[in-house]
Amino acid sequence: MNNPHSRLPEFEYIRLDSPESTTAFLKDYPGQAYPLLGGTDILVAFRDRRIQPKYLVDLKHLDGFDSFNFSPNKGLTIGATVTLNQIISSKIIQGHYPILGQAAKQVGGYQLRNRATLVGNLCNASPCGDTIGPSMLYSGELDIFGTNGAKSIPLKDFYLGPGKTSLQPGEIVRSINFPIPPDQHKGVYLSFGRNKLSDLALVAVTVLAYPQKRAPSGFSFRIALSAVSPTIIVVEEAQTLLSEQPITLSSLEKAAEIALNQCRPIDDIRASKKYRRELVYTLTLRALQQLWNSFQS
Amino acid sequence: MKKKHTITLTVNGYKEELEIPSNLTLLHMIRENFALTGTKNGCEAGECGACTVLVNGKPVNSCMVLAVECDGAEIMTIEGLTESGGLDQLQQSFIEHNAIQCGFCTPGILITAFAFLQSNPHPSETEIREALVGNLCRCTGYERIIQAVLDTTLE
Repeated sequence: MNNPHSRLPEFEYIRLDSPESTTAFLKDYPGQAYPLLGGTDILVAFRDRRIQPKYLVDLKHLDGFDSFNFSPNKGLTIGATVTLNQIISSKIIQGHYPILGQAAKQVGGYQLRNRATLVGNLCNASPCGDTIGPSMLYSGELDIFGTNGAKSIPLKDFYLGPGKTSLQPGEIVRSINFPIPPDQHKGVYLSFGRNKLSDLALVAVTVLAYPQKRAPSGFSFRIALSAVSPTIIVVEEAQTLLSEQPITLSSLEKAAEIALNQCRPIDDIRASKKYRRELVYTLTLRALQQLWNSFQS
Repeated sequence: MKKKHTITLTVNGYKEELEIPSNLTLLHMIRENFALTGTKNGCEAGECGACTVLVNGKPVNSCMVLAVECDGAEIMTIEGLTESGGLDQLQQSFIEHNAIQCGFCTPGILITAFAFLQSNPHPSETEIREALVGNLCRCTGYERIIQAVLDTTLE
Protein backbone atom coordinates (compact mmCIF):
# COMPACT_ATOMS: atom_id res chain seq x y z
CA MET A 1 0.00 0.00 0.00
CA ASN A 2 2.49 2.65 -1.14
CA ASN A 3 -0.05 5.23 -2.19
CA PRO A 4 -3.30 4.82 -0.28
CA HIS A 5 -5.16 7.42 -2.29
CA SER A 6 -4.13 6.48 -5.77
CA ARG A 7 -6.88 5.94 -8.31
CA LEU A 8 -7.63 2.60 -9.88
CA PRO A 9 -5.36 1.99 -12.85
CA GLU A 10 -6.89 2.22 -16.31
CA PHE A 11 -8.68 -0.89 -17.51
CA GLU A 12 -11.69 -1.71 -19.58
CA TYR A 13 -14.85 -3.09 -17.98
CA ILE A 14 -16.28 -5.97 -20.02
CA ARG A 15 -19.74 -7.46 -19.76
CA LEU A 16 -20.56 -10.22 -22.22
CA ASP A 17 -23.85 -12.01 -22.87
CA SER A 18 -23.07 -15.63 -22.10
CA PRO A 19 -20.77 -17.83 -20.00
CA GLU A 20 -19.32 -19.14 -23.29
CA SER A 21 -18.30 -15.72 -24.62
CA THR A 22 -17.08 -14.69 -21.15
CA THR A 23 -14.77 -17.69 -20.72
CA ALA A 24 -13.54 -17.38 -24.32
CA PHE A 25 -12.59 -13.77 -23.63
CA LEU A 26 -10.80 -14.68 -20.38
CA LYS A 27 -8.90 -17.41 -22.21
CA ASP A 28 -7.79 -15.00 -24.95
CA TYR A 29 -6.21 -12.62 -22.43
CA PRO A 30 -4.46 -14.66 -19.73
CA GLY A 31 -2.83 -12.40 -17.15
CA GLN A 32 -4.64 -9.38 -18.62
CA ALA A 33 -8.33 -10.15 -18.09
CA TYR A 34 -9.70 -10.82 -14.60
CA PRO A 35 -13.15 -12.03 -13.59
CA LEU A 36 -15.25 -9.74 -11.34
CA LEU A 37 -17.76 -10.81 -8.68
CA GLY A 38 -18.07 -8.55 -5.61
CA GLY A 39 -14.74 -6.88 -6.35
CA THR A 40 -13.83 -6.50 -2.68
CA ASP A 41 -10.45 -8.20 -3.10
CA ILE A 42 -9.57 -7.52 -6.72
CA LEU A 43 -10.23 -3.76 -6.67
CA VAL A 44 -7.85 -3.42 -3.72
CA ALA A 45 -5.23 -5.45 -5.62
CA PHE A 46 -5.71 -3.14 -8.65
CA ARG A 47 -5.44 -0.01 -6.54
CA ASP A 48 -2.25 -1.25 -4.83
CA ARG A 49 -0.86 -2.17 -8.27
CA ARG A 50 -0.38 -5.77 -7.23
CA ILE A 51 -2.18 -6.63 -10.47
CA GLN A 52 -1.93 -4.62 -13.71
CA PRO A 53 -5.21 -5.39 -15.46
CA LYS A 54 -6.21 -4.68 -19.01
CA TYR A 55 -9.75 -6.00 -18.73
CA LEU A 56 -12.14 -6.63 -15.85
CA VAL A 57 -14.81 -9.11 -16.89
CA ASP A 58 -18.09 -9.02 -14.97
CA LEU A 59 -19.78 -12.34 -14.16
CA LYS A 60 -22.65 -11.01 -12.06
CA HIS A 61 -25.33 -10.91 -14.75
CA LEU A 62 -24.61 -14.36 -16.25
CA ASP A 63 -27.49 -16.84 -16.38
CA GLY A 64 -27.46 -19.42 -13.60
CA PHE A 65 -24.69 -17.74 -11.60
CA ASP A 66 -27.14 -16.48 -8.96
CA SER A 67 -28.65 -19.86 -8.06
CA PHE A 68 -29.46 -20.72 -4.47
CA ASN A 69 -31.19 -24.11 -4.44
CA PHE A 70 -31.62 -26.60 -1.66
CA SER A 71 -33.02 -30.08 -2.06
CA PRO A 72 -33.33 -32.47 0.91
CA ASN A 73 -31.93 -35.25 -1.31
CA LYS A 74 -29.19 -33.53 -3.29
CA GLY A 75 -28.01 -30.76 -1.00
CA LEU A 76 -27.28 -27.10 -1.62
CA THR A 77 -26.08 -25.17 -4.65
CA ILE A 78 -24.76 -21.64 -4.08
CA GLY A 79 -24.16 -19.61 -7.24
CA ALA A 80 -21.09 -17.45 -7.77
CA THR A 81 -22.93 -14.16 -7.25
CA VAL A 82 -24.56 -15.07 -3.92
CA THR A 83 -23.28 -12.58 -1.34
CA LEU A 84 -22.05 -13.37 2.15
CA ASN A 85 -24.99 -11.46 3.67
CA GLN A 86 -27.41 -13.62 1.68
CA ILE A 87 -25.67 -16.67 3.14
CA ILE A 88 -25.71 -15.34 6.72
CA SER A 89 -29.44 -14.54 6.59
CA SER A 90 -30.47 -17.79 4.86
CA LYS A 91 -32.65 -20.11 6.98
CA ILE A 92 -31.28 -23.07 4.96
CA ILE A 93 -27.73 -22.20 5.96
CA GLN A 94 -28.68 -21.57 9.59
CA GLY A 95 -30.50 -24.91 9.75
CA HIS A 96 -28.29 -27.22 7.71
CA TYR A 97 -24.85 -25.60 7.32
CA PRO A 98 -24.58 -23.36 10.39
CA ILE A 99 -20.79 -22.99 10.61
CA LEU A 100 -20.67 -21.69 7.04
CA GLY A 101 -22.89 -18.78 8.09
CA GLN A 102 -20.89 -18.18 11.28
CA ALA A 103 -17.64 -18.06 9.31
CA ALA A 104 -19.16 -15.77 6.64
CA LYS A 105 -20.04 -13.30 9.41
CA GLN A 106 -16.33 -12.93 10.22
CA VAL A 107 -15.60 -11.43 6.78
CA GLY A 108 -15.35 -7.62 6.82
CA GLY A 109 -18.25 -5.40 7.84
CA TYR A 110 -21.93 -5.51 6.89
CA GLN A 111 -21.46 -3.17 3.91
CA LEU A 112 -18.62 -5.25 2.50
CA ARG A 113 -20.63 -8.46 2.81
CA ASN A 114 -23.41 -6.94 0.68
CA ARG A 115 -20.90 -7.14 -2.19
CA ALA A 116 -18.47 -9.91 -1.22
CA THR A 117 -19.47 -13.38 -2.41
CA LEU A 118 -18.81 -16.88 -1.07
CA VAL A 119 -17.37 -18.08 -4.37
CA GLY A 120 -15.16 -14.98 -4.54
CA ASN A 121 -13.86 -15.64 -1.02
CA LEU A 122 -13.11 -19.25 -2.02
CA CYS A 123 -11.40 -18.29 -5.32
CA ASN A 124 -9.32 -15.56 -3.70
CA ALA A 125 -7.53 -18.50 -2.03
CA SER A 126 -6.27 -16.52 0.94
CA PRO A 127 -4.71 -18.82 3.56
CA CYS A 128 -6.93 -17.03 6.11
CA GLY A 129 -10.12 -17.00 3.99
CA ASP A 130 -12.86 -17.47 6.58
CA THR A 131 -15.28 -19.50 4.50
CA ILE A 132 -12.78 -22.02 3.13
CA GLY A 133 -12.48 -24.26 6.22
CA PRO A 134 -16.22 -24.72 6.72
CA SER A 135 -16.79 -25.17 2.95
CA MET A 136 -14.15 -27.93 2.93
CA LEU A 137 -15.58 -29.69 5.98
CA TYR A 138 -19.05 -29.61 4.41
CA SER A 139 -17.43 -31.43 1.42
CA GLY A 140 -18.01 -28.58 -1.04
CA GLU A 141 -17.46 -29.25 -4.77
CA LEU A 142 -16.92 -26.44 -7.24
CA ASP A 143 -18.85 -26.40 -10.49
CA ILE A 144 -16.35 -25.01 -12.96
CA PHE A 145 -17.29 -23.73 -16.39
CA GLY A 146 -14.63 -23.25 -19.03
CA THR A 147 -13.90 -23.15 -22.71
CA ASN A 148 -13.65 -26.97 -22.58
CA GLY A 149 -17.05 -27.34 -20.93
CA ALA A 150 -18.08 -27.96 -17.33
CA LYS A 151 -16.37 -30.00 -14.63
CA SER A 152 -16.49 -30.52 -10.92
CA ILE A 153 -13.58 -30.25 -8.46
CA PRO A 154 -13.70 -31.03 -4.73
CA LEU A 155 -12.71 -27.89 -2.83
CA LYS A 156 -10.02 -29.85 -0.94
CA ASP A 157 -8.18 -30.39 -4.27
CA PHE A 158 -8.61 -26.79 -5.49
CA TYR A 159 -5.80 -24.97 -3.69
CA LEU A 160 -2.15 -24.88 -4.81
CA GLY A 161 -0.81 -22.10 -2.58
CA PRO A 162 -1.58 -18.62 -1.27
CA GLY A 163 -3.77 -16.96 -3.92
CA LYS A 164 -3.23 -19.96 -6.24
CA THR A 165 -5.90 -22.38 -7.39
CA SER A 166 -6.13 -25.05 -10.07
CA LEU A 167 -8.32 -22.78 -12.27
CA GLN A 168 -6.91 -22.54 -15.80
CA PRO A 169 -7.20 -19.46 -18.06
CA GLY A 170 -10.74 -19.45 -19.43
CA GLU A 171 -12.20 -21.28 -16.43
CA ILE A 172 -14.59 -19.70 -13.93
CA VAL A 173 -16.47 -21.06 -10.94
CA ARG A 174 -20.20 -21.10 -11.61
CA SER A 175 -21.30 -22.38 -8.19
CA ILE A 176 -20.38 -24.51 -5.21
CA ASN A 177 -22.37 -27.60 -4.33
CA PHE A 178 -22.66 -29.05 -0.84
CA PRO A 179 -24.06 -32.52 -0.16
CA ILE A 180 -26.56 -32.97 2.68
CA PRO A 181 -24.47 -32.65 5.84
CA PRO A 182 -24.08 -35.73 8.07
CA ASP A 183 -27.11 -36.49 10.23
CA GLN A 184 -27.06 -34.77 13.65
CA HIS A 185 -23.79 -33.01 12.91
CA LYS A 186 -22.63 -30.06 14.96
CA GLY A 187 -19.79 -27.70 14.27
CA VAL A 188 -17.73 -24.90 15.73
CA TYR A 189 -15.81 -22.15 13.91
CA LEU A 190 -13.32 -20.22 16.04
CA SER A 191 -11.42 -17.34 14.52
CA PHE A 192 -8.89 -15.37 16.51
CA GLY A 193 -8.06 -11.86 15.34
CA ARG A 194 -6.64 -8.78 16.97
CA ASN A 195 -10.11 -7.56 17.90
CA LYS A 196 -13.28 -9.37 18.82
CA LEU A 197 -15.65 -8.50 16.02
CA SER A 198 -13.78 -7.98 12.79
CA ASP A 199 -10.23 -8.74 11.78
CA LEU A 200 -8.36 -11.08 9.51
CA ALA A 201 -7.84 -14.35 11.36
CA LEU A 202 -4.41 -14.89 12.91
CA VAL A 203 -5.54 -18.49 13.26
CA ALA A 204 -8.94 -20.03 12.61
CA VAL A 205 -10.11 -23.53 13.44
CA THR A 206 -13.16 -25.31 12.05
CA VAL A 207 -14.36 -28.54 13.66
CA LEU A 208 -17.37 -30.66 12.83
CA ALA A 209 -18.54 -33.97 14.31
CA TYR A 210 -21.44 -36.39 13.97
CA PRO A 211 -22.50 -39.72 15.51
CA GLN A 212 -20.95 -42.65 13.64
CA LYS A 213 -21.92 -46.18 14.73
CA ARG A 214 -18.98 -47.85 12.97
CA ALA A 215 -16.39 -45.69 14.74
CA PRO A 216 -14.98 -47.07 18.03
CA SER A 217 -15.50 -43.67 19.69
CA GLY A 218 -19.03 -43.48 18.29
CA PHE A 219 -18.23 -40.24 16.41
CA SER A 220 -16.59 -39.00 13.25
CA PHE A 221 -14.68 -35.72 13.38
CA ARG A 222 -13.53 -33.25 10.74
CA ILE A 223 -10.90 -30.62 11.58
CA ALA A 224 -9.53 -27.79 9.43
CA LEU A 225 -6.93 -25.13 10.23
CA SER A 226 -6.78 -21.73 8.52
CA ALA A 227 -4.07 -19.06 8.33
CA VAL A 228 -1.30 -21.41 9.49
CA SER A 229 0.00 -22.87 6.20
CA PRO A 230 0.04 -21.92 2.49
CA THR A 231 -3.42 -23.44 2.08
CA ILE A 232 -6.13 -24.48 4.53
CA ILE A 233 -5.25 -27.92 5.93
CA VAL A 234 -7.46 -30.80 7.04
CA VAL A 235 -5.87 -32.62 9.99
CA GLU A 236 -6.62 -36.21 9.03
CA GLU A 237 -4.41 -37.79 11.69
CA ALA A 238 -6.33 -36.02 14.45
CA GLN A 239 -9.64 -36.98 12.83
CA THR A 240 -8.59 -40.65 12.85
CA LEU A 241 -7.47 -40.46 16.47
CA LEU A 242 -10.82 -39.09 17.62
CA SER A 243 -12.79 -41.74 15.79
CA GLU A 244 -10.64 -44.56 17.21
CA GLN A 245 -10.08 -43.51 20.82
CA PRO A 246 -12.72 -42.75 23.45
CA ILE A 247 -13.41 -39.02 23.62
CA THR A 248 -11.81 -37.71 26.80
CA LEU A 249 -9.96 -34.55 27.67
CA SER A 250 -6.74 -36.46 27.07
CA SER A 251 -7.71 -37.55 23.52
CA LEU A 252 -8.90 -34.03 22.67
CA GLU A 253 -5.53 -32.70 23.90
CA LYS A 254 -3.72 -35.26 21.76
CA ALA A 255 -5.75 -34.15 18.72
CA ALA A 256 -4.83 -30.51 19.41
CA GLU A 257 -1.19 -31.54 19.66
CA ILE A 258 -1.36 -33.24 16.25
CA ALA A 259 -2.84 -30.02 14.84
CA LEU A 260 0.06 -28.10 16.37
CA ASN A 261 2.59 -30.45 14.76
CA GLN A 262 0.99 -30.17 11.33
CA CYS A 263 0.69 -26.41 11.09
CA ARG A 264 3.36 -24.30 9.38
CA PRO A 265 2.59 -20.68 10.33
CA ILE A 266 4.70 -17.68 9.34
CA ASP A 267 5.94 -14.56 11.10
CA ASP A 268 4.31 -11.42 9.76
CA ILE A 269 3.18 -7.97 10.78
CA ARG A 270 0.12 -9.30 12.59
CA ALA A 271 1.63 -12.06 14.73
CA SER A 272 4.73 -14.18 15.24
CA LYS A 273 5.06 -17.80 14.23
CA LYS A 274 5.48 -18.79 17.86
CA TYR A 275 2.28 -17.02 18.90
CA ARG A 276 0.33 -18.56 16.04
CA ARG A 277 1.56 -22.04 17.06
CA GLU A 278 0.33 -21.45 20.61
CA LEU A 279 -3.00 -20.31 19.16
CA VAL A 280 -3.35 -23.45 17.03
CA TYR A 281 -3.13 -25.70 20.09
CA THR A 282 -5.36 -23.50 22.26
CA LEU A 283 -8.05 -22.85 19.63
CA THR A 284 -8.16 -26.46 18.41
CA LEU A 285 -8.60 -27.74 21.95
CA ARG A 286 -11.15 -25.04 22.75
CA ALA A 287 -13.15 -25.76 19.57
CA LEU A 288 -13.10 -29.53 20.21
CA GLN A 289 -14.19 -29.05 23.83
CA GLN A 290 -17.03 -26.72 22.82
CA LEU A 291 -18.10 -29.19 20.16
CA TRP A 292 -17.97 -32.18 22.49
CA ASN A 293 -19.87 -30.29 25.23
CA SER A 294 -22.60 -29.44 22.72
CA PHE A 295 -23.17 -33.17 22.17
CA GLN A 296 -23.39 -33.80 25.93
CA SER A 297 -26.04 -31.18 26.65
CA MET B 1 -7.99 6.89 -23.70
CA LYS B 2 -10.07 3.83 -22.96
CA LYS B 3 -13.69 3.41 -23.98
CA LYS B 4 -16.33 5.31 -22.00
CA HIS B 5 -19.64 3.90 -20.82
CA THR B 6 -22.99 5.66 -20.77
CA ILE B 7 -25.00 4.88 -17.67
CA THR B 8 -28.32 6.05 -16.25
CA LEU B 9 -28.88 6.06 -12.52
CA THR B 10 -30.93 7.72 -9.83
CA VAL B 11 -29.09 9.62 -7.09
CA ASN B 12 -31.18 10.85 -4.15
CA GLY B 13 -34.29 10.74 -6.32
CA TYR B 14 -32.85 12.53 -9.35
CA LYS B 15 -32.32 10.56 -12.54
CA GLU B 16 -29.09 11.30 -14.36
CA GLU B 17 -27.34 10.06 -17.48
CA LEU B 18 -23.58 10.35 -17.65
CA GLU B 19 -20.52 9.16 -19.47
CA ILE B 20 -17.84 7.55 -17.34
CA PRO B 21 -14.60 5.57 -17.72
CA SER B 22 -14.35 1.93 -16.54
CA ASN B 23 -12.04 2.67 -13.63
CA LEU B 24 -14.22 5.31 -11.95
CA THR B 25 -15.49 4.12 -8.58
CA LEU B 26 -18.97 4.92 -7.32
CA LEU B 27 -17.27 6.94 -4.54
CA HIS B 28 -15.41 9.23 -6.93
CA MET B 29 -18.46 9.57 -9.19
CA ILE B 30 -20.61 10.71 -6.25
CA ARG B 31 -18.02 13.19 -5.00
CA GLU B 32 -16.79 14.55 -8.34
CA ASN B 33 -19.55 14.13 -10.93
CA PHE B 34 -22.38 14.88 -8.48
CA ALA B 35 -20.44 17.14 -6.06
CA LEU B 36 -21.99 15.29 -3.12
CA THR B 37 -19.08 15.47 -0.73
CA GLY B 38 -20.88 14.12 2.33
CA THR B 39 -19.69 10.69 1.20
CA LYS B 40 -16.10 10.51 2.46
CA ASN B 41 -13.00 8.91 1.01
CA GLY B 42 -11.28 7.11 3.88
CA CYS B 43 -9.32 3.92 3.30
CA GLU B 44 -10.39 3.05 -0.27
CA ALA B 45 -10.17 -0.61 0.67
CA GLY B 46 -13.62 -1.43 2.07
CA GLU B 47 -12.48 -1.29 5.67
CA CYS B 48 -13.45 2.06 7.22
CA GLY B 49 -17.03 2.56 5.99
CA ALA B 50 -16.70 6.35 5.56
CA CYS B 51 -17.84 6.00 1.94
CA THR B 52 -20.98 3.98 2.73
CA VAL B 53 -24.01 4.71 0.50
CA LEU B 54 -27.15 2.76 -0.31
CA VAL B 55 -27.29 0.99 -3.67
CA ASN B 56 -30.83 -0.26 -4.29
CA GLY B 57 -31.51 0.08 -0.57
CA LYS B 58 -28.46 -1.83 0.64
CA PRO B 59 -25.42 -0.25 2.29
CA VAL B 60 -22.17 -0.82 0.39
CA ASN B 61 -18.65 0.63 0.46
CA SER B 62 -18.83 2.94 -2.55
CA CYS B 63 -15.03 2.76 -2.92
CA MET B 64 -15.41 -0.94 -3.75
CA VAL B 65 -18.08 -0.50 -6.43
CA LEU B 66 -17.45 0.62 -10.00
CA ALA B 67 -19.69 3.38 -11.30
CA VAL B 68 -20.28 1.35 -14.46
CA GLU B 69 -21.82 -1.42 -12.34
CA CYS B 70 -24.49 1.03 -11.17
CA ASP B 71 -26.27 1.40 -14.51
CA GLY B 72 -29.98 1.43 -13.64
CA ALA B 73 -29.34 1.54 -9.88
CA GLU B 74 -30.85 3.76 -7.21
CA ILE B 75 -28.25 5.44 -5.05
CA MET B 76 -28.87 7.21 -1.76
CA THR B 77 -26.17 9.30 -0.12
CA ILE B 78 -26.20 11.13 3.20
CA GLU B 79 -27.56 14.22 1.39
CA GLY B 80 -30.68 12.21 0.51
CA LEU B 81 -31.41 10.93 4.01
CA THR B 82 -34.50 13.12 4.29
CA GLU B 83 -36.57 14.39 1.39
CA SER B 84 -36.94 17.84 2.92
CA GLY B 85 -33.22 18.27 3.45
CA GLY B 86 -33.88 18.62 7.19
CA LEU B 87 -32.55 16.31 9.87
CA ASP B 88 -33.55 12.68 10.22
CA GLN B 89 -34.28 11.56 13.79
CA LEU B 90 -31.06 9.55 13.69
CA GLN B 91 -29.09 12.71 12.92
CA GLN B 92 -30.93 14.56 15.68
CA SER B 93 -30.06 11.78 18.11
CA PHE B 94 -26.36 11.98 17.12
CA ILE B 95 -26.40 15.70 17.92
CA GLU B 96 -28.16 15.19 21.25
CA HIS B 97 -25.67 12.50 22.30
CA ASN B 98 -22.61 14.42 21.09
CA ALA B 99 -21.84 11.33 19.02
CA ILE B 100 -19.69 13.39 16.64
CA GLN B 101 -16.19 14.71 17.09
CA CYS B 102 -14.30 15.32 13.85
CA GLY B 103 -17.33 14.11 11.89
CA PHE B 104 -15.48 12.37 9.07
CA CYS B 105 -16.98 8.94 9.79
CA THR B 106 -20.44 10.27 10.67
CA PRO B 107 -22.14 10.21 7.23
CA GLY B 108 -21.11 6.58 6.68
CA ILE B 109 -22.28 5.58 10.14
CA LEU B 110 -25.62 7.34 9.67
CA ILE B 111 -26.22 5.58 6.34
CA THR B 112 -25.30 2.16 7.76
CA ALA B 113 -27.42 2.68 10.88
CA PHE B 114 -30.32 4.02 8.80
CA ALA B 115 -30.36 0.92 6.59
CA PHE B 116 -29.87 -1.39 9.55
CA LEU B 117 -32.80 0.11 11.50
CA GLN B 118 -35.05 -0.30 8.49
CA SER B 119 -34.39 -4.04 8.48
CA ASN B 120 -34.27 -4.35 12.29
CA PRO B 121 -36.21 -1.50 14.00
CA HIS B 122 -35.67 -2.76 17.59
CA PRO B 123 -32.16 -4.18 17.79
CA SER B 124 -30.17 -5.03 20.90
CA GLU B 125 -27.01 -3.12 21.71
CA THR B 126 -24.93 -6.09 20.53
CA GLU B 127 -26.78 -6.15 17.21
CA ILE B 128 -26.05 -2.44 16.74
CA ARG B 129 -22.36 -3.00 17.50
CA GLU B 130 -22.26 -5.87 14.98
CA ALA B 131 -24.04 -3.80 12.33
CA LEU B 132 -21.49 -0.99 12.72
CA VAL B 133 -18.38 -3.20 12.64
CA GLY B 134 -17.59 -1.91 9.15
CA ASN B 135 -17.57 1.74 10.26
CA LEU B 136 -14.42 2.94 11.99
CA CYS B 137 -14.37 6.03 14.21
CA ARG B 138 -11.04 7.24 15.57
CA CYS B 139 -12.40 9.96 17.88
CA THR B 140 -15.40 8.97 19.92
CA GLY B 141 -14.63 5.50 21.23
CA TYR B 142 -18.06 4.47 19.84
CA GLU B 143 -20.04 4.61 23.11
CA ARG B 144 -21.98 7.75 22.23
CA ILE B 145 -22.59 6.52 18.69
CA ILE B 146 -24.06 3.26 19.97
CA GLN B 147 -26.20 5.16 22.51
CA ALA B 148 -27.41 7.56 19.82
CA VAL B 149 -28.54 4.69 17.60
CA LEU B 150 -30.03 2.78 20.52
CA ASP B 151 -32.05 5.81 21.64
CA THR B 152 -33.56 6.20 18.17
CA THR B 153 -34.96 2.69 18.45
CA LEU B 154 -36.75 3.48 21.72
CA GLU B 155 -38.70 6.42 20.35
